[in-house]
Amino acid sequence: MFKNMNKKTKNSLITYAIVIAVYIIVEGVVLSGNMSSLLQGLLVPLCTYSLCAVGLNLCVGYLGELSLGHAGFMCIGAFSSAFFSVVMKESIPNDAVRFIIALIIGIVFAALFGFLIAIPVLRLNGDYLAIVTLAFGEIIKNIVNVLYVGHDSTGWHISFQSQQALNLEADGVTYINGAQGITGTPHNSSFTVGVVLILIALFVVYNFTNSRTGRAVMSIRDNQIAAESVGINVRKYKLLVFTISAAIAGAAGVLYAHNLSTLTALPKNFGYNMSIMILVFVVLGGIGNFRGSVIAACILTLLPELLRGLSDYRMLIYAIVLIAMMLFNWAPAAIVFRQKLVAKFRPGKEEI
Amino acid sequence: MKKKVLSLMLVASMAAGLLAGCGSTSASSSSASSSDSAEAEAADGEVFKIGGIGPITGAAAIYGSAVRNAEQIAVDEINAAGGINGYQVALQFEDDEHDAEKSVNAYNTLKDWGMQILAGTVTTTPCIAVTDKTAEDGMFQITPSASSTNVIANDNVFQVCFTDPNQGTASAQYIAEKALGSKIGVIYDSSDVYSSGIYAKFKTEAEAQGLEIVSESAFTADSNTDFSVQLQSAKDAGADLLFLPFYYQQAAIVLKQANDMGYEPTFFGVDGMDGILTLENFDTSLAEGVILLTPFAADATDDLTKSFVAKYEELYGETPNQFAADAYDAIYIIKAAIEAAGVTPDMSVADIGTALKEAITTVTYDGLTGTGMQWEATGEVNKDPKGVVIQNGAYVSID
Amino acid sequence: MSFILYLINGISLGSVYAIIALGYTMVYGIAKMLNFAHGDVIMIGSYVSFVTFSQMGMNPILSVALSAVICTILGMVIERVAYKPLRKATSPLAVLITAIGVSYLLQNTALLVFGANPVSFTSVVNLSPLKLADGALVISGTTLVTIVLCLIIMACLMLFIKKTKAGQAMLAVSEDKDAAQLMGINVNATIALTFAIGSGLAAIAGVLLCSAYPTLTPYTGAMPGIKAFTAAVFGGIGSIPGALIGGILLGVIEILGRAYISSQLSDAIVFAVLIIVLLVKPSGILGKQIREKV
Repeated sequence: MFKNMNKKTKNSLITYAIVIAVYIIVEGVVLSGNMSSLLQGLLVPLCTYSLCAVGLNLCVGYLGELSLGHAGFMCIGAFSSAFFSVVMKESIPNDAVRFIIALIIGIVFAALFGFLIAIPVLRLNGDYLAIVTLAFGEIIKNIVNVLYVGHDSTGWHISFQSQQALNLEADGVTYINGAQGITGTPHNSSFTVGVVLILIALFVVYNFTNSRTGRAVMSIRDNQIAAESVGINVRKYKLLVFTISAAIAGAAGVLYAHNLSTLTALPKNFGYNMSIMILVFVVLGGIGNFRGSVIAACILTLLPELLRGLSDYRMLIYAIVLIAMMLFNWAPAAIVFRQKLVAKFRPGKEEI
Repeated sequence: MKKKVLSLMLVASMAAGLLAGCGSTSASSSSASSSDSAEAEAADGEVFKIGGIGPITGAAAIYGSAVRNAEQIAVDEINAAGGINGYQVALQFEDDEHDAEKSVNAYNTLKDWGMQILAGTVTTTPCIAVTDKTAEDGMFQITPSASSTNVIANDNVFQVCFTDPNQGTASAQYIAEKALGSKIGVIYDSSDVYSSGIYAKFKTEAEAQGLEIVSESAFTADSNTDFSVQLQSAKDAGADLLFLPFYYQQAAIVLKQANDMGYEPTFFGVDGMDGILTLENFDTSLAEGVILLTPFAADATDDLTKSFVAKYEELYGETPNQFAADAYDAIYIIKAAIEAAGVTPDMSVADIGTALKEAITTVTYDGLTGTGMQWEATGEVNKDPKGVVIQNGAYVSID
Repeated sequence: MSFILYLINGISLGSVYAIIALGYTMVYGIAKMLNFAHGDVIMIGSYVSFVTFSQMGMNPILSVALSAVICTILGMVIERVAYKPLRKATSPLAVLITAIGVSYLLQNTALLVFGANPVSFTSVVNLSPLKLADGALVISGTTLVTIVLCLIIMACLMLFIKKTKAGQAMLAVSEDKDAAQLMGINVNATIALTFAIGSGLAAIAGVLLCSAYPTLTPYTGAMPGIKAFTAAVFGGIGSIPGALIGGILLGVIEILGRAYISSQLSDAIVFAVLIIVLLVKPSGILGKQIREKV
């Protein structure tokens, strides 16, 4: 039965199996008490970045458009959901219920912004599209940094100036405090939640790319004019993909926000640097290859942590490893070399 | 097929990465093993394991490096003098790149090493994330330099530095008391927790003191190299005192640009301004007359400061800044608290934490960054900011 | 009066962006790649000049020249080692990611060599400021030199491309690599030359940047790099006059936005203007609109 299966279905099943197997093994090691605190602490971030990479890969690999603004969508998902969680901490004491609502809010907001941004952005293409998404990401970060939201007996106050400008009464609480962001987000993210989200995201993207819509999207990527000429509504499909992609990044943001008690929009976590980092995961893992994205995100997040022993040299080594991996994976000369190597060890299996 | 090869390659490189990683982790933690096993501690010959976290790569690397260096000096001194209550001290410092998530990773790495007390973290946002974890583990934490009040929300965390509101309020009071200026201009970093925190309190207190703020302008981490606009608007508003609650790298540019445009108000800085005189190749004449509130001045003449500065310069080839001084004090404060509480390294992390957080409120400590320092149970330090003015390229006390 | 000052400061900042943007735009025009490591070449150039001029007391012009030479070599080495092997890769993104790796590499090397402490850069320009209108309008020497130098560099570059064989070869390669090869142009050498010129200019831009805004750290190049990249796209990436116009407009918008709209939101304003311009003119101000062919 397995043999008769569609190659793509098989591929997706293998991916689910790998994720579930890794989950079971990891949980087993954690329960047996053999996992270091460092690795345990890294489990949620690994899920966060894997999720983001899957989301971006849909945009880069299937839509063929380079987005450098995905950290911005993560930022929106993170802030909207963390805001909800902090405000509703007392009103909804049940962690699971509150987190699920927060998750939905984060995803919806990220998707909404993705949709709104996509409307103008998708008129452009290539590197111009990339720079405009980067610009949107930076704008989001900049605005979040000057956003002040508070609540008191007279209602909600919002300011883009300063905390004083909120004019809160004495009983007022500032929820989003400009550059200081949101503090006191409940710690609701866990490895299980992360893995479930990854599985859902993979399920969505695999089914999407194997569907009629997915094929339409790929036809746009491969040749937009030809796709248009056979009556495919290019604009509609592009919007759809971009929105889904942003929504997945938003889910990653929710996971990120509920893993740390403090949330600020710094250049480091939600700036273009992060967008680029996510792109690195996608390209290194293989454009259009979701399984690769997850694996690459895991490796590149683990690598600097595992290199801690090298102290001052660790980021230098990380950079060198990154360049070497790229050359090895992508350089035509290296690919030929690898094929020769494969042919040597597995004679008769040279079709590539 | 191509994808298969690719994923194979990835798996291979991952395996290589993991192996390399394992090699290095085992190397670094060869002197310790897991956190809760008492026998491992005994095998180590009964040492207090103090951890430090801070940025030693990335744009904030200067602060983390200073803290790491100074903590090392303090620990070496203590060990050379026979340790704390006869126990030696081990220090391990981890990089967090000034990122909350990386900071938690660093904390977990240290936990794997067997850390019992945390002397960190250096910067505020990562510190808030880490305090959550130390509270869970009941670990005693003292931060040299994370100054937001959010840092000390949990009762196991203490600060060596002033809180941001404290600095903002003190600055406004100081200006009003000494009548340093009547029309005040403020430039602050709206993307930075430290700077915007001080600015917020300064503004409130300045109004209470009847000071007139005639110009307020901000900058962000992404546009922190050009201040011509902010200076021009302060100049146009006729500000005769310019309050600069941010770090010295930017302050150096502000001073130069103000000089270029011929604008000469009184400049008033906070503790982040400290370090400006030792900025390599900085023209100190630009800083002439700058007033700042700082707990530490590297050219103070007391013996403690002199010996610390000399040692730091000898070992690291640069003059220590206020972060280094706070960190040096942090280690000695831990020592004082341990001595007061009488804890021993074979106790559990949570027990040490409980004992130390009570003991520290009874400690009175004289150090580099203040004399007669005492701690509230809230975690805040009581010490007086010192006003200094820069004259002939050196800090001179104006109190 | 303030307005004129803001305008001049904006043009000065914009001139630095423009020189950096030249490097981006030339490399993009020819190799069709975004060289994200360009900003860090600026930083290396500044450090070379800092060491030779501020610390060793070398003649400022010699020091700038030396730093240009070192960056030229650095640019060529980077191109040869990290980018050339990927020129024929199946996805253009591969080389983009490698460029990011190179950027990390340069930053962290500088961090190890020069340390995390910032250094204060002495301006290489030693001209007294120009005082106009009874001292109400003060323009620093660095500002003047930056603007003038930017115009000279721009003019020289345009002449080089129009009048020399190597310049014509660059144009040909940027139009069609394969056809250029058939015409007997050495494509590899031309691309290497482009990187060399771009990186040499980056050194000059770095010195000017640090002369105007004197704090230098291993991360100094990153933000101006990204802004200059924005400027290059703004003006139409691949176009040399476009880099000039894009750079100067970006600088002016940044300063005026900060002065008259909001100092907190100046970055958002710059990027918002960029978005609007690109939506009206999808290939930048002077960019060529390339029709997609079937």
